[in-house]
Amino acid sequence: MFQQRVLIVGGGLAGLAASMKLAELGVQTSVMSLTPVKRSHSVCAQGGINSVNELTRQEGDSEWLHLDDTVYGGDFLQHQPPVKEMVDWGPRIIDLMDRLGVPFNRTPEGFRDQRRFGGTLHKRTAFAGATTGQQLLYALDEQVRRWQSAGRIAMVEGWDFLGPILDDQGRCRGAVAQNLITMEIRPFPADVVVLATGGCGLIFGRSTMSMASTGSAASRAVQAGARYANGEFIQVHPTAIPGADKLRLMSESARGEGGRVWVPRTPQDPRPPRDIPENERYYFLEERYPTYGNLVPRDIATREIFDICVNDGLSVDPEKPCVYLDLTHIPRDELDRKLGGILRIYEKFQGVDPREVPMKIFPAVHYSMGGLWVDYERSASGGLAKGSPKTHQTNIPGLYAIGECDYHYHGANRLGANSLLSCIFSGLFVAPGIQSMLGSLSDSASDAKYDPLMQSAQADHQKSHDKWLQRDIGGDNPYLIHLELGQIMTSAATVVRHNRTITEAIEKVNELAERAKKCSLSDRGNWTNQNVIFTKALIDMFPLAKAILHGALARDECRGAHYKPEFDMPGIESDDPAERHRQAEEWCTKFEEKNKKWLKTTIAVLDGKGEPSLGYEEVDISLIPPRPRLYGLVGAEIIEEVWKEQHAH
Amino acid sequence: MTTSGKPASFEVRILRQDAPGEPSRWERFRVPYETDMNVISVLQKIAANPRTIDGRDVAPVAWESNCLEEVCGACTMVINGRVRQACSALVDQLLADRPGEIELRPMSKFPVYRDLVVDRQRLFRSLVRVRAWLPIDDYSDRGPGPRQSQAEQEQAYPLTECMSCGCCLEACPQFQKVDLSEYGEGTSDEQRNAAFDRSFLGAHAISQAMLFNGHPIGKTSAAERLDALMAEGGIQVCGNAQNCVAVCPKEIPLTTSIARAGRATTIHTIKKFFDH
Repeated sequence: MFQQRVLIVGGGLAGLAASMKLAELGVQTSVMSLTPVKRSHSVCAQGGINSVNELTRQEGDSEWLHLDDTVYGGDFLQHQPPVKEMVDWGPRIIDLMDRLGVPFNRTPEGFRDQRRFGGTLHKRTAFAGATTGQQLLYALDEQVRRWQSAGRIAMVEGWDFLGPILDDQGRCRGAVAQNLITMEIRPFPADVVVLATGGCGLIFGRSTMSMASTGSAASRAVQAGARYANGEFIQVHPTAIPGADKLRLMSESARGEGGRVWVPRTPQDPRPPRDIPENERYYFLEERYPTYGNLVPRDIATREIFDICVNDGLSVDPEKPCVYLDLTHIPRDELDRKLGGILRIYEKFQGVDPREVPMKIFPAVHYSMGGLWVDYERSASGGLAKGSPKTHQTNIPGLYAIGECDYHYHGANRLGANSLLSCIFSGLFVAPGIQSMLGSLSDSASDAKYDPLMQSAQADHQKSHDKWLQRDIGGDNPYLIHLELGQIMTSAATVVRHNRTITEAIEKVNELAERAKKCSLSDRGNWTNQNVIFTKALIDMFPLAKAILHGALARDECRGAHYKPEFDMPGIESDDPAERHRQAEEWCTKFEEKNKKWLKTTIAVLDGKGEPSLGYEEVDISLIPPRPRLYGLVGAEIIEEVWKEQHAH
Repeated sequence: MTTSGKPASFEVRILRQDAPGEPSRWERFRVPYETDMNVISVLQKIAANPRTIDGRDVAPVAWESNCLEEVCGACTMVINGRVRQACSALVDQLLADRPGEIELRPMSKFPVYRDLVVDRQRLFRSLVRVRAWLPIDDYSDRGPGPRQSQAEQEQAYPLTECMSCGCCLEACPQFQKVDLSEYGEGTSDEQRNAAFDRSFLGAHAISQAMLFNGHPIGKTSAAERLDALMAEGGIQVCGNAQNCVAVCPKEIPLTTSIARAGRATTIHTIKKFFDH
């Protein structure tokens, strides 16, 4: 009789959802995390979680429309079956979180309240004040603590995942990790390892992400042979509060509750914002996107805010780029009830009351749509097959990825309030598949025959760690190298991308990677040495940084968050009906050609030298055929008309 | 002073300790002033250039942090004598209150691992003691949870914002450091938990017990939580100093929770008496 075990790495929403479901299924589970899991980055999610609900159904909404909004908003780059399964689960997931005690805001009659988020016309978003991620995470944290106290889940908190352990067949048999306090390095035998390690925002220096979001765990899997998909798709959130150490998120829910984005029509108008009359304010999102207004998808809002500051010179502050996000027209008690959490953050960090004075905000790196490539098994009805061991498995057998660190669900641009859903969904859904994977194995990683494998994996990591501690002093400073990396990545691979800039960035990053390998530690001790832990994470940022840059350079098109002006397809300006029609036909032909070439998943693998090489894979678009993404485009009506003519049959 | 009235630099005094059981010492650093700094960016500056004011190169200071927006609770420490999160401690405000110098110390109620990093496992153990979770049947699809009024949601919500940071415990006169030294080097988890379980729960755990006892599903196991509150190290240890509520960064009504817990345990005792 052998005892099998699953090791979940990462204790955010995805990791905790998977572990509690596995525990319920009777599978022995360990949860490894850098921090006590209650402090995971999921707490930073603010605005809410999407699903179709009884009210939106009465307006004609359905799971199908949630799927449609998600893939249209994501510019059709995601495989559709996983998204279909996710949106079908949406209502059940909200119900489960409700039963777990999440204090969702209520209507006067006692129903769950919903608000509107970007990229949809329906109020699908359930919320708990403006700290929804925190509340959802705590509900799962509580359940995991319940299982832990019953001896059914083992917590491995304060450990850094150093890499998977692969046997000579290439199957994952566990992981090596390092204790952040004692610096002990040891193997954790496991029959399935699940990475739920979140995004890689720290590659961009400052972002809305937490300090743990270095991407190092994903990178370590990639260095062991895992494929990395759609790395170039990085979401830049339209509204964040600039800060010296972090760019703090200002939730989309601020706009969902009626917040308006504007700049004075007079550049750097010195008057206090509330003294500027309505007709001298430029509500540029509302004017340019009459249907969606302030709630256009994030990539579009971000580009508009960037453009208004950088190209139109209309930043409200002469010192730094920013625009107003204005809530001052909304009653105070309503603001406190629905947005209290985020308003307190603004107040605490900026020293200004956003109920009285419009906030100053600017876009910031926020979410990694791309991530570890994972498989899935399609069901006959177009969703996912239940209990399939393939779903969410990486190309390394026995190694899975869920949550932000995988690449499913969000395509080229994620819709607000879909990430909490995708994290909880992928965690819950993967559990029965893992159970069937375990059932197909004839042994256990804890068998004595695997001891030599475990020992040699540990010895390799110990050796490389010891080498770091023995480094000479006087080399480059890892913190300064990180700063430089962040600057290069932010200028080359965020809102607007140019091939020349990306090419230069690749050269600089290559050179920086070499310098990083030779950098020196200021702490060479072997107790709670944060210096060496950070330096190792920094080194592991480079393979992902390179995958992002190479993916962005190769992709000569505009899609979702990936915007290259050189390849933009401008709208139709002509007034002459015949000419408009002709141009629209041309536009549609170009669009189809572009999709033929680029409606593909980018897949990066590292070659023998650790450099990324790219391949492409077809996207499953079997449920909803791609169509032009026309939010606010000039001439959208005629393009849509021609598109429908051409695709009438 | 520069022309803008801001200092060109300021001094940071940090109480450091290399490892558990090692003596602590003060070290002083000079940090160049920049706008919009908080204590995290100060520590980052020191980490990038760990040189004391008297020119000695030292190991960078160890500290915990994650979200940097005061929702994860990781970066709690004692700043200018007050327990709080380093991320929301803005340098401009600190220097306005005490010009020229910022003082950082680790929390004193938890064992120090190194410098500003402390071991807060006891805090999470308290959540196990009061069974701070809802005992739902399973994770299958069983429809929505119980319907709740706005008033109920608004009563629960502030309590659910507790991020287990430990400020209320640091400020509490009754919450004393647990001495594990009697167990020597290799304290087992069981020994440690047993020692924790005899010690004071603290305001955060009492408040969480009240949160779950107020929930329609949580009510079904309310008696177990009240038993935990009445056991050794329970609510009777509270001396009503009310420091907890004064330092809570989330302004959670901890003393209201404690008062409710006091009433509920009294009623629970009487009921138990008559049930026998």
